[in-house]
Amino acid sequence: MASISNNEVEHVAQLARLDLTEPEKTLFGEQLNQILTFVEQLQEVSTEGIPLTASVAEQKSVLREDLPHDGLSQEQALRNAPEANEGFFVVPKIIGK
Amino acid sequence: MTYEPVIGVEVHAQLQTQTKLFCSCPTSFGLPPNTQVCPVCLGLPGSLPVLNQRAVEMAVRTGLALHCELTLTNQFSRKNYFYPDLPKGYQISQYDLPICGPGWLEISVNGKRKRVRIMRAHLEEDAGKNVHEEGADDSHVDLNRAGTPLLEIVTEPDLYSSDEVDAYLKTLRDLLVYLDVCDGNMEQGSFRCEPNVSIRPKGHEALGTKVELKNINSFRYAKDALEYEISRQTEVLDEGGVVQQETRLWNVNKGQTAVMRSKEGAHDYRYFPDPDLLPVILDSELIEELEHTIPELPSVRLQRFMQDYRLSEYDAAILTDSKGLADYFECCVKLFPHPKTVSNWVTGELIRELNTSDTSPADAPMSPQRLAELLQLVDSGTVSLKAARELFSELYATGMSAEQLVKEKGLVQVSDEGQLGVIVDEVLVAHSAQVEQYHGGKEAVLGFLVGQVMKASKGKANPGKVNELLKRSLAP
Repeated sequence: MASISNNEVEHVAQLARLDLTEPEKTLFGEQLNQILTFVEQLQEVSTEGIPLTASVAEQKSVLREDLPHDGLSQEQALRNAPEANEGFFVVPKIIGK
Repeated sequence: MTYEPVIGVEVHAQLQTQTKLFCSCPTSFGLPPNTQVCPVCLGLPGSLPVLNQRAVEMAVRTGLALHCELTLTNQFSRKNYFYPDLPKGYQISQYDLPICGPGWLEISVNGKRKRVRIMRAHLEEDAGKNVHEEGADDSHVDLNRAGTPLLEIVTEPDLYSSDEVDAYLKTLRDLLVYLDVCDGNMEQGSFRCEPNVSIRPKGHEALGTKVELKNINSFRYAKDALEYEISRQTEVLDEGGVVQQETRLWNVNKGQTAVMRSKEGAHDYRYFPDPDLLPVILDSELIEELEHTIPELPSVRLQRFMQDYRLSEYDAAILTDSKGLADYFECCVKLFPHPKTVSNWVTGELIRELNTSDTSPADAPMSPQRLAELLQLVDSGTVSLKAARELFSELYATGMSAEQLVKEKGLVQVSDEGQLGVIVDEVLVAHSAQVEQYHGGKEAVLGFLVGQVMKASKGKANPGKVNELLKRSLAP
């Protein structure tokens, strides 16, 4: 059985900007352990000589010609923005850089 | 203790495509905010990226010019982090399978040639722009630039001084401009460089702790920032301190670097292959085709200029510094086959005018044909060298034919012996004392007499001819 520490759960949560309660940390820690245990099980399969597979789709390049098309208008682009001003998306102040 | 800096450089070159890397939005600059956007580059749910063929071709051409091993099956990965200018919450980049693998670029530093190893070059999308006004309690985001194609070119830590970095950056910039893949404009951010530097006791193998430098938007700043950083690190070590691994920003006004983020805050990007994009497969036919589109590269052209035109390395380097100038020179030499003369005019008068009017050689109002015409007039003695120099600015600005302007200004040089003979005789009569001195063995007086003839002719006399006539008349 894989074992993921409380610190690791907190780290992953922090990377995803999730604010977890203590019971949630325990709950998700357990679930993550189950997932990792499943991956351990997969790792028992011998994959020698088999190339890495990131996708099961057909392996061919899909490319687009470099021809511009109109996208959205400024008004359309900002329509779902929680806040907008003078054509910009408005976000909470970015501290530092 | 004596230390030696070890420097590696990352360059982000914006590719000159019409459209973004994964969508058909134009890459035009300077338009109102959020007007060059679509569901893909805004990261709206359900949208799917489709790779720009032209960007792939540009990356391959750059890779070939940098002698890189191309990764025949390369792949895009997601680099995950949160920032308001990154609408998807990840940047599409390349990680373990970059389009260009190891290669090299030859640079020349103080006449010494050196190969800088390239570690990799990969395609990625640019982020948007955050605008933050002083004192405001929010920030503004413009996503016009989001998704613009970049080629990130990374060197091995092969550079050992700010001069070497300077040479590397300029050589790389010229190369990308020659290849027509990037406009090379540092101020506008289409050629961004981030050097990383560490120092180690001279003679030691092990590398010190490196510091990454950002906010460098000119060649000058790159040099200044590196020199500042090298002396800062030296001071830290000399005082028994430890260099921290961190990212520092160059502050132009203070002439200093300051910490931007330390390693503790370093990101954990959790790269993984982007499931929305298939691998990019480069077939040999395409590579071969692209190989043929690579023009003569600056270093090769420089060597050829030295050999074929017998120019000094200095002159050849100035001429091949930009493709436009080298083309201008060659076009002119075809019409007026005296390379050294053409080189003098191009590297002197022409560059002076180009610089003052901030014009590229291709847009110069004076065409190479016009310059050749002027040089022909000087060569045939129709116009004096002095007059040609004086007329240059006007000829440059108007793009006029030299022959026409010379006639209009009455500056046609007099080479006719009959006409000149009359003036020579007058001068000799008026300056009999000097004539006597000359006969007495004081030959330097000849210069004075030439000057008098030139003056009497209002500068129109051909000085070579005057010299010849005077000598003949004064001969015993």
